[in-house]
Amino acid sequence: MTIKVNSQLKPAAEMIHSLFLVNQSGDIFLEKHWKSVISRTVCDYFFEAKEKAVQPENVPPVLQTPHHYLITIYRDKLFFLSVVQTEISPLFVIEFLHRVADTFQDYFGECSESIIKDNVVTVYELLEEMLDNGFPLATESNVLKEMIRPPTILRSVVNTLTGSSNVGDTLPTGQLSNIPWRRAGVKYTNNEAYFDVIEEIDAIVDKSGTTVFAEIQGVIEASVKLTGMPDLTLSFMNPRLLDDMSFHPCVRFKRWEAERVLSFIPPDGNFTLMTYHVTSQNLVALPVYVKQNISFFETGSCGRLDITIGPKQTMGKTVEGLMVTVYMPKSVLSVNLTASQGNYTYDLTSKLLVWDIGKLNPQKLPNLRGGLTMQSGAPRPEENPALDINLKIQQLAISGVKVSRLDMYGEKYKPFKGVKYLTKAGKFQVRT
Amino acid sequence: MSTTALYNDQGGAEAAVEAGQESTATSSGSGSAFGLFSTDFKKNEDLKEMLESNKESLKLEAMKRVVGLIAKGKNASELFPAVVKNVANKNIELKKLVYVYLVRYAEEQQDLALLSISTFQRALKDPNQFIRASALRVLSSIRVPIIVPIMMLAIKESAADMSPYVRKTSAHAIQKLYSLDPDQKEHLIEVIEKLLKDKSTLVAGSVVMSFEEVCPDRIDLIHKNYRKLCNLLVDVEEWGQVVIISMLTRYARTQFVSPWKEGSVFDENNEKAFYDSDSVEKEDETEAKTYIMDPDHRLLLRNTKPLLQSRNTAVVMSVAQLYWHLAPKHEVTIVTKSLVRLLRSHREVQYIVLQNIATMSIQRKGMFEPYMKSFYVRSTDATHIKTLKLEILTNLANEANISTILREFQTYVKSQDKAFAAATIQAIGRCATNISEVTDTCLNGLVLLLSNRDETVVAESVVVIKKLLQTQPTQHCEIIKHMAKLFDNISVPMARASILWLMGEYCERVPKIAPDVLRKMAKTFTVEEDIVKLQIVNLAAKLYLTNSKQTKLLTQYILNLGKYDQNYDIRDRTRFIRQLIVPSEKGGALNKYARRILLAPKPAPVLQSAFKDRDRYQLGTLSHSLNIKATGYQELSDWPAVAPDQSVRNVEVIEPVKEWAPLVGKAKKSKSADKFYSDDEEEKEEEGSDSSGNEESSSSSSSSSSSEESGSESEEESSESEKTSTDSGKSSSGSEKSSRESESGQKMKKKTKKVPQKKSKPAAAHSESDENGNGPVANASSSSAESSSGSETDSEDDSDSDSPTVPKKKSVVKSKPKVEGKSKKEVSLLDLDDFSPAATTNAPKSAVLSSSLMSDLEGLSLSNVSPDIQVTTPSFGPVTTYELLHHMTGKGLSAKYHFPRQPCLYQPSMVAVQVVLTNGSDHSLEEIHIGDRNPASLNIHCFNTIERLEPEASVMVSMGVDFSDSTQAANFQLCTKEDQFSVSIQPAVGELFMPSTMTEEDFCKEQGKLLGMNETSETITMATANTSSQSISKHVLSAANVGVVSSSQSNVHRFAGRTVSSGALVLVSLETKESSYALLTVNTEKSVMASMLLRDLKQALAQA
Repeated sequence: MTIKVNSQLKPAAEMIHSLFLVNQSGDIFLEKHWKSVISRTVCDYFFEAKEKAVQPENVPPVLQTPHHYLITIYRDKLFFLSVVQTEISPLFVIEFLHRVADTFQDYFGECSESIIKDNVVTVYELLEEMLDNGFPLATESNVLKEMIRPPTILRSVVNTLTGSSNVGDTLPTGQLSNIPWRRAGVKYTNNEAYFDVIEEIDAIVDKSGTTVFAEIQGVIEASVKLTGMPDLTLSFMNPRLLDDMSFHPCVRFKRWEAERVLSFIPPDGNFTLMTYHVTSQNLVALPVYVKQNISFFETGSCGRLDITIGPKQTMGKTVEGLMVTVYMPKSVLSVNLTASQGNYTYDLTSKLLVWDIGKLNPQKLPNLRGGLTMQSGAPRPEENPALDINLKIQQLAISGVKVSRLDMYGEKYKPFKGVKYLTKAGKFQVRT
Repeated sequence: MSTTALYNDQGGAEAAVEAGQESTATSSGSGSAFGLFSTDFKKNEDLKEMLESNKESLKLEAMKRVVGLIAKGKNASELFPAVVKNVANKNIELKKLVYVYLVRYAEEQQDLALLSISTFQRALKDPNQFIRASALRVLSSIRVPIIVPIMMLAIKESAADMSPYVRKTSAHAIQKLYSLDPDQKEHLIEVIEKLLKDKSTLVAGSVVMSFEEVCPDRIDLIHKNYRKLCNLLVDVEEWGQVVIISMLTRYARTQFVSPWKEGSVFDENNEKAFYDSDSVEKEDETEAKTYIMDPDHRLLLRNTKPLLQSRNTAVVMSVAQLYWHLAPKHEVTIVTKSLVRLLRSHREVQYIVLQNIATMSIQRKGMFEPYMKSFYVRSTDATHIKTLKLEILTNLANEANISTILREFQTYVKSQDKAFAAATIQAIGRCATNISEVTDTCLNGLVLLLSNRDETVVAESVVVIKKLLQTQPTQHCEIIKHMAKLFDNISVPMARASILWLMGEYCERVPKIAPDVLRKMAKTFTVEEDIVKLQIVNLAAKLYLTNSKQTKLLTQYILNLGKYDQNYDIRDRTRFIRQLIVPSEKGGALNKYARRILLAPKPAPVLQSAFKDRDRYQLGTLSHSLNIKATGYQELSDWPAVAPDQSVRNVEVIEPVKEWAPLVGKAKKSKSADKFYSDDEEEKEEEGSDSSGNEESSSSSSSSSSSEESGSESEEESSESEKTSTDSGKSSSGSEKSSRESESGQKMKKKTKKVPQKKSKPAAAHSESDENGNGPVANASSSSAESSSGSETDSEDDSDSDSPTVPKKKSVVKSKPKVEGKSKKEVSLLDLDDFSPAATTNAPKSAVLSSSLMSDLEGLSLSNVSPDIQVTTPSFGPVTTYELLHHMTGKGLSAKYHFPRQPCLYQPSMVAVQVVLTNGSDHSLEEIHIGDRNPASLNIHCFNTIERLEPEASVMVSMGVDFSDSTQAANFQLCTKEDQFSVSIQPAVGELFMPSTMTEEDFCKEQGKLLGMNETSETITMATANTSSQSISKHVLSAANVGVVSSSQSNVHRFAGRTVSSGALVLVSLETKESSYALLTVNTEKSVMASMLLRDLKQALAQA
């Protein structure tokens, strides 16, 4: 065989070439290359776009530079900037970057610049395992955790004393099996399986109080701590309410299609079992109504605000954690309001008025009213600010979805089982 | 191991470690690295010492710091000799960090890197698969050309490794070696060919990835593995799925003939015109006659469909693009819901998905129209998301929903995000050109925007109005005059220039004003912006030609000013214009043509979507996202005219099960439930419809499922059809063993489906299509394998339409109570009805309504004052469909109508009616229109004559009828070219209202005014199921188009509305008493309507 020294490399097709982590002020604090090194000057194109976009949310996720393409996500005040050289599905990269951020979150409890800097070695080891040659290798959290154990104080102490390390030396069992999400040999003394059915109401209400758009998005979060290899079946009282869903890979899709039951061998620990959408044909009952009157006067550079919230269809439950966020126009300098219940804050720089109400008392409706001071000379704002509503209702799934039973096969013990319901406001916006 | 303090004090480093100071390994590794090592070169000396010490803990510490340096992008290459010595270290963490280092710097220090090679070669023989795999990973990542032969050897060996994980790694290594030395291509292709045959799901994704990189054109390598890949797909890890799907998309486009039949051009148009998803279904029928899909093509579509439910957005997107590029047109709709679901995901995901939807929605509005509201903009969306949503809304706009969309746009115009507001104005312009009904409304609205205080809004409006006026060169001098008046207040140069251009272009229409404007401009010429100056010159020239008497001097003055302008463009233009228009002795040749040159009719600008031509790129690609051909983009080929040989995909040889397969192979026989693990495996296999590993499972599951031929595929199909049949509620419980039986199952299903057809009108069209879909089954019964594949096609059809589009669900909901009323026997039918497709024919196009265009207009004026009692949109309510003309009496033409409960587009006093016309005959019907009406005074807004309705096609048209607040039927004649049919529309009293919103206070006040004669009340008995407030609202709202008034008392429910024609207030209040009694009161001056309404409501509430 002839040995040939080929210094002129063909621009090889590959997937994710490099990753840069950039903070909000534009410093690159971590770089990782899966192939030959790409100079960090490539990020200059991104900084240019960032400058132009003003708000970090407005930076286009896909950018083109003369020789590379930059695909970026912005999350937790950090930019995850990846460099690719050739055609690739942008969603592939975006989804992967979010998976990286999720993994950091999972490992370190938060995903911030300081925590990543503190754990730079673990981060590097993780990135090394997650991608090989730019192609995702292991993204399943329990597989990663077998290879690289998450840092805990206790483990560091033990490692210090015994000289053992955080890195596993055998191939994680999950990597090979048909069920990569679960490792073998799980043991618990208390066997428990808890499911949270959480529903979010997305709605747009116009200024006359009419619902322009409303739908319910649900998610079932599970926390399963069961010994061995249990096979669970979860069935609903009224599965037909569920319109469109996506499942954790563990759910047997055919079974769902045929019988409308969720049958699965669960991952160990916390995971999202499924997300669903409730058909918008069903009348979506908004739990609260908002009466608002926000006006800016033509003269005198001031305005008035009056917001009242009342219960609409709460199915006899208490509305909690009620919070109203108002995105004030730039020209509003300060507010002088009185809240009949709860507290409000007004942030001068972000122009955010947050009114934290708490529990909604149907007898005495919470009200916030008072005057707004405007920048003198500034024109009256065209548009009244939109209100974002936040609320929580415990023990209620607003769509009426109900879990009827949970059965376990494959193991002999009796697990503790529990289902909790929670209704929240999702993107609940009131136009004024 | 050590602390920050340790590094500060270099000398005492070891001592400190010995002392075993407590600290966490991680914090020391990085904290110190960042604190101290960023720039200090001396510290690297210390690192070298540490690496060369014989204390493992020190080495590890040093390596962590080195990795910290690499992460920060600092150069640590001078440590190479010290680091590389540790490559053979036993400590796994240390070893891994050394690997990281090696991969990073080997390219720069090739000679030294060679020192490590032997270690890897040894590790490649390690009994631990994990060690083997990581050795290969590092070895192949070291970009040192001299070791190419060693890498090649290692890859070949690993490709035959026992462990699928190692084989997977070798698939990755192929790509690395290829990029290092493309000359190895031929050898690598051999390895790829071998790995493609691998049956492990672990390997599949990676090897396809290297196939795509090394030899994407070697389609022939795929043939034999095609079916296997399709079948394995569900179980491949998610990233692999994306790569495989995109490869298979390309493959399918070269191997199968187009499922889009030639005639589809017409259907496309048809669909575009009416957005009637049913016409798509019809298309399928005719198609079934001429085109039979290759079973392999079908296999791909079927096996990718479940992946739409993946949690990975990239997988969902890739399936969506596969359907878009490969599936028959009518099947593409199943991806809609999943794509819309992705909009709940992260912002970046939304961005990409919206881009793709934007492209899709241009060609197929019908796909996304039911989900229009999901594209409504929130003020908190990022600007690029807002603009994309706006784009999609504009694409979706049609005659039926335009008023809703315009209402939405009104809100956007006021947005504080000015870039977005400007984009909205352009969108309004696009709607105005595309939908002629609203052109005037939009134009008027835009004119009102001219008095907006925001400059960008005004400027954008002017520019859009200019374009609109150009496309609509009718009499619009009013608008031009208005703009002239506003001219002084507008300061944005582009807007001023646009107005001046309009003046000039239409100067003959505004003969009085134009010279006056010119006079003003002459005064301010010197201070204007350049583009404005150019237009002043332009205007002067045009006026000179048309009205030289008045403007001759002015023009000369302006030309003189222009002659000495600082800008040479303007000087040039002035000179040119002067020569052109002012007659002179020399060069007068052009002079006589001046008029024809300057006042030539100009082509109108085309307002179209920015996504118009994006469909030249494959959806979901980087190229599509950037609208630029990205490096390495591979075009999708066109469908071949004739399908290449299908037999190339046949796999005859049944290989023995490989050694590492036991995981899959073992558990077949043991079915006992307590043996969970094996149970699972089996489940897995069945569910994955893993007839996949064609050989294995056919032998394995023979015990359980079928006596069919051992062809892996046919078996799978039977299980599939079994599935769908159980799915449709028949619960035939897997008893279908032979294909014959499964066929009979199909028939039964057919039968059961016919029943709902009678019950619920919406189902009619669908069941027809179903019959037709079954056609192939009967035809192809010669061979059982074929027949099952035929039935498969059919069941697939079912499940497609199964994906319930919004409107369909509605009709199902509606039909339900009727069926229930009939008999208990048909309970199972109900289930079926819910799951099985119902036709989408009479889909009410926009169920949620908007106020009339009048109010649209009003809204565009941006007034903040709103009248205290407004007519508003009703809340979501079900819609009932009525028969207008049966196809028996209509000689094949059938018509159904429903009340969309939407303000009538044509006249506020009319009730909007939507009619669905279906041609059930075998020839096309022409000139369908409305003929004589009775009484003759009846005020009907007819739909435009339908020139031609193909057999099996259907059309939705909207019309308006003024019932004058009476339930008297509107009789008229529905005519085709040959025939006339008398039909009548009989409205329920509840349809004659429009809901209105008012406060409880107002309600009581108004109620107080409508007492005595105007009050009708009765105590009614409600069905017990209806006593909850929600169901009361539901029933009342379904019976009458009124609005809910919020109530402070829990036992009193209030509803308010106005009659459509006269606008009389109708107030309904319902006070629930003990048990199921309630007092129902209707207050209105229309007492006849009141009593009818009372009767209807009573009936509605009494029903369970």
